[in-house]
Amino acid sequence: MAAKGRIKDQWREQRLFEQRAIFAGVVILLMTGALLARLAWLQVLRNDYYSELAQGNRVRIEPLPAARGIIYDRNGIILAENRPAYQLELVREEVPDLEATLQGLVKIGLIAAGDLDDTRRTIRSRRPFDSVPIRLRLTEEEIARFAVQRFEFPGVDIRTRLARYYPQGEVAVHALGHVGAISGKDLERIDRSAYAGTATIGKLGIESAYETQLHGRNGARQILVNARGRSVEKQGALRPQLTNVPAEPGTDLVLSIDFEVQKVAEEAIWNQRASIVAIDPRNGDVLVLASRPGFDPNLFARGLTRAEFAGLNGNPDQPLFNRALRGTYPPGSTIKPLVALAGLSYGVTTPEESRFCGGYFSLPGSRHRFRDWKPRGHGTTAMVEAIAQSCDVYFYALANEIGVTRLGTFLKGFGLGAITGIDIDGEKPGLVPSPEWKRGAFKRKQNQVWFPGETVIFGIGQGFMLTTPLQLAHMTSIIGARGSNFRPRLVTALHDPVTNTRRVLAPVAEPKVESATPEHWQVAINGMLAVTEGGTASRSAAGAGYRIAGKTGTSQVFTVAQNAKYDEKAIDERLRDHAWFVAFAPAEDPRIAVAVLVENGRSGSGTAAPIARKVMDAYLLRKFPEPAEPDTQTDAAEAEE
Amino acid sequence: MIYEEVESSTRRTISQTTRVLGTLKLDGPLVLGLALLALYGQVVLYSASGQDWESVMRGTARIALGTVAMLVLAQVKPGFLRRISPFLYAFGIVLLLVVDAIGYIGKGAQRWLDLGFVRFQPSEIMKLAVPMMCAWYLRERALPPDGKTLLVLACIILVPTGLTIIQPDLGTGLLILMAGGLVVLLAGLSVRIILGLAGLAVLAAWGGWFLLHDYQRQRVLTFLDPQTDPLGSGYHIIQSTIAIGSGGLFGKGYLNGSQGQLEFLPERSTDFVFAVIGEELGLLGAGILLLLYLLIVARAIYLSTQMMDTFARLLSGSLAIIFFVYVFINAGMVSGILPVVGVPLPLVSYGGTSLVTLMAGFGILMSLYSHRKFAGS
Repeated sequence: MAAKGRIKDQWREQRLFEQRAIFAGVVILLMTGALLARLAWLQVLRNDYYSELAQGNRVRIEPLPAARGIIYDRNGIILAENRPAYQLELVREEVPDLEATLQGLVKIGLIAAGDLDDTRRTIRSRRPFDSVPIRLRLTEEEIARFAVQRFEFPGVDIRTRLARYYPQGEVAVHALGHVGAISGKDLERIDRSAYAGTATIGKLGIESAYETQLHGRNGARQILVNARGRSVEKQGALRPQLTNVPAEPGTDLVLSIDFEVQKVAEEAIWNQRASIVAIDPRNGDVLVLASRPGFDPNLFARGLTRAEFAGLNGNPDQPLFNRALRGTYPPGSTIKPLVALAGLSYGVTTPEESRFCGGYFSLPGSRHRFRDWKPRGHGTTAMVEAIAQSCDVYFYALANEIGVTRLGTFLKGFGLGAITGIDIDGEKPGLVPSPEWKRGAFKRKQNQVWFPGETVIFGIGQGFMLTTPLQLAHMTSIIGARGSNFRPRLVTALHDPVTNTRRVLAPVAEPKVESATPEHWQVAINGMLAVTEGGTASRSAAGAGYRIAGKTGTSQVFTVAQNAKYDEKAIDERLRDHAWFVAFAPAEDPRIAVAVLVENGRSGSGTAAPIARKVMDAYLLRKFPEPAEPDTQTDAAEAEE
Repeated sequence: MIYEEVESSTRRTISQTTRVLGTLKLDGPLVLGLALLALYGQVVLYSASGQDWESVMRGTARIALGTVAMLVLAQVKPGFLRRISPFLYAFGIVLLLVVDAIGYIGKGAQRWLDLGFVRFQPSEIMKLAVPMMCAWYLRERALPPDGKTLLVLACIILVPTGLTIIQPDLGTGLLILMAGGLVVLLAGLSVRIILGLAGLAVLAAWGGWFLLHDYQRQRVLTFLDPQTDPLGSGYHIIQSTIAIGSGGLFGKGYLNGSQGQLEFLPERSTDFVFAVIGEELGLLGAGILLLLYLLIVARAIYLSTQMMDTFARLLSGSLAIIFFVYVFINAGMVSGILPVVGVPLPLVSYGGTSLVTLMAGFGILMSLYSHRKFAGS
């Protein structure tokens, strides 16, 4: 019975089990269907979406920095170029502990502790996975030091990049400017994506003003990366289709600067606080733009430490200060030819009308004596002789007759009191004073009144008037060109290295000075010729072989009391007068107009005029002095390689 | 003439193979399915390991070990299996207690027993021992089981499940629960009770939330919305759905999946190998794999219906269905319809002892089938 019952049980159980098995089979089929539905949803319906995500995962865009445009002088000498340099780069996402990494780099001397804040800021401000340059221009020794400890610094690597190099060193730095690490302020004005991969940006001078042209357009390369962000050539059989957008190099610039003349000019003032600007009066080309002391722009291009910068910035001689553009000085007697021209133009005087110089000038009804530089006076002088001997009394009287407003208006016609519009930034406008200006410039009522005596000293370029060396060179070029006025410029042509085409920029003509007649111009120029031919600067002009029209000047730093005598030995060197000399040559058809300023140089004729002569000899005669400065000599040798 | 020769030689080969398989107590279709699956798995593993032959060799060695386990167990008589069931179960419980105790003393997760020469996971034994025990307990009882029987079964299942979950190893614990539960379901548990238990399960899930470890809760939460933690625990799911989704209908090509090859996909050769298949071989490749699994499961279920006694029927049915549960949990997790629990893809995922357990299960199944005439005698 029991056996029978078990068999019956078995049969029933078998059927029950089969039912359950079939049911399980159905459930299994349903679940597999659900899985397949899910897969179809992901792989068919949402395939595009996920493909894009996968693509975004594996492809990283690596910027290809464009080669910065090369800067040439007017004769094709290279002033700024690019050389391969090793730099330390960091990818934030690959660095496990940024702070420890930076401290480690400080410890092995690759980053200065003082620069850490800047470095952190640079790293923060870049896009994800960008390789950020944290140290430029590594030396061989530094590369070796890093190589030994590289394993301690994941995410940091040495890369070769083109870096800016200035083969001429300090020469022409104030015209060229320099490139430097991109600062937080720079980032605000540039398109960050356009600068991905670029380490430096133009900071001053040409490098800054022509940043857009010089920078070019960075390209980009798609690279395959693995999950850790590391670039891989290929992984397994994975051969991706990656696109490359090549970089477009920046535009090369041709400057109006004549480097050889620039070098002569700078060497002539190498160890002084001085500035020289030379302009071609026929088109406004700036042939020389010198300001000393200078600095080596390569320091900035390779990355200046904070200490180095502090050293430059704290130097009392202010090497970073561009005197040519930003130094404002009273023009002194250099404006006397203009005052004479103004007198003629307004019909106040004639060339022949002479004035008596007894060593001082007094306004009617005043006992204040405006002294002449020559205590005994020049006797009776007419216009040409007054310019030649720089007779102060003549111009005191003439200025008084013209009047301050008319004189000021006339001077402004020569670009004084306003920026010249040269194609680099930072220019100071200087100042041509007027009663209106004085009312606005002073707080206290008694200072707002224009005194007649101020008109008197205005006639010899003293008092409130301020000019830059660039402005005086520009002014001199207008006199030389007899009224033709071209805006000073440094860049004369743009050269596209890809198409090898050159775009020559036309000179920019400014309104001509129309008020003076050809006869007036000739009188003023004759006066300036007389300066170098028997006048104050005759010694400096002797034996030139071409005629120089010039004018000396000194601008007072220190006012001598009414009854005291100016004794230069008694006063501090830095309180001595600044020396000016402006000139153009050849006088008949000038090709160069020069302004030389030597701070505390005392005498225009003794200090400034010989320097101007050297510059003009170099430019007009291609006559170069024997090399004297060992520093610049090595630079030149490098440039010739 | 030639055709006849070829035909006769083919026929000879087939008949010889059948004889060999019969001697070895193996089931031809099942062995064929498993072999194809293992081959597929090794081919995928070569890609998923980043063309690492060593991984493939080790994977093959493991399959060989599993095959040995299957062969050995296929020879064992079902009667012996039935007799040792309670002892195996008791042995497993003791080992689980030891592991839990060591884990408690060591204040950390503990799943392994290190026997010096081999590290060994007692919960793996329970994957077989629990359904064996359940089937053993039901072998002479009238089916469907009555209330008292069910209560005993619940204890048999829940004790090792609990001991495994507190290790903590939620994935294996759930698999043990299901292996036992499937026996009870196949034994004819009434539909009313099934529905009641389902209701209870929902309540338990709600209550169990408070018992889960933080990392387990996190898994559930990120499963529900992977985007909340894209770089943390959601990373796995996001990357694997990207891999599968970007594969499309026909895949990116073998060895050509960027997600897997560039290691965006974590655990690409182990738990997430299914995503590599989806990415490189597409819906087609994944579909073929699922079809292969279905054929194996179908054959295994068919064999279980051919059994002559309760023990064999219930045990083999449970073993067949639990194989599919592995596949479903793994594929569901990788494609983002189930939470991430550490369940490997059978015979394809690299490493883990579960492969040996699964093959051993098939060995038992084949033993039960090939010795079925002697059952009950």
